[in-house]
Amino acid sequence: MSSTDNPTGNFESAAANGSAEVAQFDEPSRSFVKSVQYALHVHPALIPLIILVLSVAGFGLVLGQRFFSPFALTLILQQVAIVGIVAAAQTLVILTKGIDLSVGAIMVLSSVIMGQFTFRYGFPPEIAILCGFAVGGLCGLISGVLVAVVKLPPFIVTLGMWQIVLASNFLYSRNETIRAQDIEANAPILQFFGESIRFGGAVLTYGVIAMVLLVAVLSYLLNNTAWGRHVYAVGDDAEAAELAGVRVKRTLISVYVVGGLICALAGWVLIGRIGSVSPTAGQFTNIESITAVVIGGISLFGGRGSVMGALFGALIVGVFGLGLRLMGTDPQWTYLLIGVLIIGAVALDQWIRRVSA
Amino acid sequence: MSEKFVLQAKGLVKRFGRVVALDHADFELRAGEILAVIGDNGAGKSTLIKSLSGAMAPDEGEILLEGEKVHFSSPMAARNAGIETVYQNLALSPALSIADNMFMGREIRRPGLLGKAFRMLDKKAMDGVARRKLSELGLMTIQNIRQPVETLSGGQRQGVAVARAAAFGSRVVILDEPTAALGVKESRKVLDLILGLRAKGLPVVLISHNMPHVFEIADRIHIHRLGRRIALINPKDHSMSDAVAIMTGAMAPPQSQAA
Amino acid sequence: MKKCLLASACGAVIAGLVATGPATAQDSILACLITKTDTNPFFVKMKEGAERTAIELGVELRSYAGRIDGDHESQVQAIESCIADNADGILITASDTSSIVSSVRQAREAGILVIALDTPLDPLDAADATFATDNFLAGELIGRWAAATLGAEAENARIAFLNLTPAQPTVDVLRNQGFMSGFGIDIGDPNVIGDEDDPRIVGHDVTNGNEEGGRTAMENLLQRDPMINVVHTINEPAAAGAYEALRAVGRENDVLIVSVDGGCPGVQNVIDGAIGATSQQYPLQMAALGIEAIAAFANDGTLPEPTEGKDFFDTGVQLVTDAPVDGVPSIDTAEGMDLCWG
Repeated sequence: MSSTDNPTGNFESAAANGSAEVAQFDEPSRSFVKSVQYALHVHPALIPLIILVLSVAGFGLVLGQRFFSPFALTLILQQVAIVGIVAAAQTLVILTKGIDLSVGAIMVLSSVIMGQFTFRYGFPPEIAILCGFAVGGLCGLISGVLVAVVKLPPFIVTLGMWQIVLASNFLYSRNETIRAQDIEANAPILQFFGESIRFGGAVLTYGVIAMVLLVAVLSYLLNNTAWGRHVYAVGDDAEAAELAGVRVKRTLISVYVVGGLICALAGWVLIGRIGSVSPTAGQFTNIESITAVVIGGISLFGGRGSVMGALFGALIVGVFGLGLRLMGTDPQWTYLLIGVLIIGAVALDQWIRRVSA
Repeated sequence: MSEKFVLQAKGLVKRFGRVVALDHADFELRAGEILAVIGDNGAGKSTLIKSLSGAMAPDEGEILLEGEKVHFSSPMAARNAGIETVYQNLALSPALSIADNMFMGREIRRPGLLGKAFRMLDKKAMDGVARRKLSELGLMTIQNIRQPVETLSGGQRQGVAVARAAAFGSRVVILDEPTAALGVKESRKVLDLILGLRAKGLPVVLISHNMPHVFEIADRIHIHRLGRRIALINPKDHSMSDAVAIMTGAMAPPQSQAA
Repeated sequence: MKKCLLASACGAVIAGLVATGPATAQDSILACLITKTDTNPFFVKMKEGAERTAIELGVELRSYAGRIDGDHESQVQAIESCIADNADGILITASDTSSIVSSVRQAREAGILVIALDTPLDPLDAADATFATDNFLAGELIGRWAAATLGAEAENARIAFLNLTPAQPTVDVLRNQGFMSGFGIDIGDPNVIGDEDDPRIVGHDVTNGNEEGGRTAMENLLQRDPMINVVHTINEPAAAGAYEALRAVGRENDVLIVSVDGGCPGVQNVIDGAIGATSQQYPLQMAALGIEAIAAFANDGTLPEPTEGKDFFDTGVQLVTDAPVDGVPSIDTAEGMDLCWG
């Protein structure tokens, strides 16, 4: 408009101004992208956190009170508690450049052990719970030794363990479900994580609290202890870590054992959530945990990401799950969107890693 | 003959199946010197270095550290004995920070309950030491000690690895091909770092293919061929082409210097 | 001949033959049982029924199963193995009722009698016969029971549907639409869940037929309408999960949960009041009848006949409840416990 107003006007100066503006815009924008890349590199949980906040806000706007209420928001926490806990275990393993396909199976076997030891053999439930943890830890130990000492690929080891643990679960449990009412009457401590604290509309089950505490503790361990630094180093470059003086085998084995113990905890929380002990539960937990971890910005190539990210990843899936259901969409849309998020997250991971190039 | 060496190996033998990688190899490192180890590919240099740095156990022979027989079961054992090695791949974790890398495997914990019961790391102390070590080596172009190693240039990474070795190596520093992946300017910097180590009194073992670099900074040159040391020469007495000829078998090793 | 075969004496003779000599393909009858999984108690019971009858009749039985519900690949492989084995008959509960048809056709072309158990194939006549629960009737029974229990309040009911999977498998559709029809809801297209516009429907969600899925789905639907007072569930584990969700918000006593299956834990839940009523099906019966049919076919080529008035052989379904209502036939939980499976 201004150029037509003064046809004799100095195009030159206008052009000069224009180019200066462009140049000015161009440079900060480039460095802005770079600094975003760098920020994400240092804080890989940032993107999932942003997606989480945006999706909560988005669904809140569309659905109003039905979604944006203390009750509904804490409900999402309850719904993701199990996957969140298992995803924490998965995070540890994936940080070491591994993957654990057996997490869901270990969780279910541990819950079955806790239930059956109480009801079949009459153990005090507290002892049965310890046995469940022991079995979870043992499963992890086997995987860990096979990965660290025998040097088999984690994918193969845990693929095998998945089948073995799941089959043991079905053989041992004889496909029997222990009903919620029986547990409540005879061994209520098995349902401990189903108890809840309420304030206002918010409901926090002990399972949710356990998940949050677990993530906090793991976050601390990973960032502020030598063990945590070693976990990252092993995943980043195991050979380099070994040469730098990290006891790689011990670190790997410890990761799988801790992973197994966390899965056992998830098994206990599972009993609290579904009330009963069911050997057919948790069939998709391994995939769901990997989904949460990937969406949470943890690199499948090891050494990068934070356990907070996995929690955010699990929550994103939970938010989309509840939000889309409240909107009345076909459940397939949830899976479709989660698929998009997974691919987006991995693409982003690749981009972030390029900061080093 | 009765000279006391900092690090010495006698008659090392290492076989891989039918391949003899070390064939009664000897090795001597004097106090305060830069000893270069050169040899053709497959001559057994890396096997020798791995034996000295604990990454591999020789089948026969003995290793003496300041006159005492030692057996290193792991790199960590050699390291605890004061032998630091900078491997060709640097053994750094790219995603971790400079400070994390410098203290990998020997982190400092917080004093008191936090460290004992909660195993909390003393990040402040570690950052401080790392910063000091890097500036000692003139590497403080790096501003942020918590910066991931992968954001550094090749020379800077080498610098971090050397700084780590210098920080903890109380007796010997071994450098495997420290300039192989670097440009001219960065190589210069690393060579200065090595000279700096010698100036501090630390003996250095330098494995390199780069003859100009070797001849520039080495006090003596250990020539490895067919699994054993065939010559030990002074760079002032021999030319680069002599060294290469001995190394490749085109020239007979000078007898007088061999012992 | 057929009567003789069903008599145990005759069966013993055949069993003896099988046991004494190296039986060739001609003298021993070989039956295959292919189930969706071998972990679901329903199929475990089915296998038990097949095994028992097979021993009685001297039929050799090979059992196959998918790894998880929906594992179509393994079932195709199983059919191929049975064809290679020269089996006389195949009993199959198909995971994918239409995709399996081409494999089933191959088997039938090889002269094998194929009987669909529990789940009809799509199209239904792709199998020689179907021995199944009338799932529509199963749904209808609990629908009628729920409507009658609510009485006049049925007009204002708030109903949640906890279905199986997003793919809407046949059994899911039949039970869901059966319930609606029994409850008095206009079902629109009987092959589709979700095309109804009755305002009493709060919504549908999927459970994968397990406790965790049941609980999550119930929570989701309660979030859409906290005043839900009738819950239709695809099976009893889903019902147990829904009950936990209701208990968490203190509504377990004023919501009517109905279900289908009749497994022992399910019937126990009816006794305990967690489930109001459940339609009980009889997997053992299905498998036993299936083996008998294969034996008959192998001996004289007799093909099984469908139940009169239906296009499949109805293996029966009964409503189990301790709160019977007029006009809906039912059995009490004591009898339900006697007949339960798993």
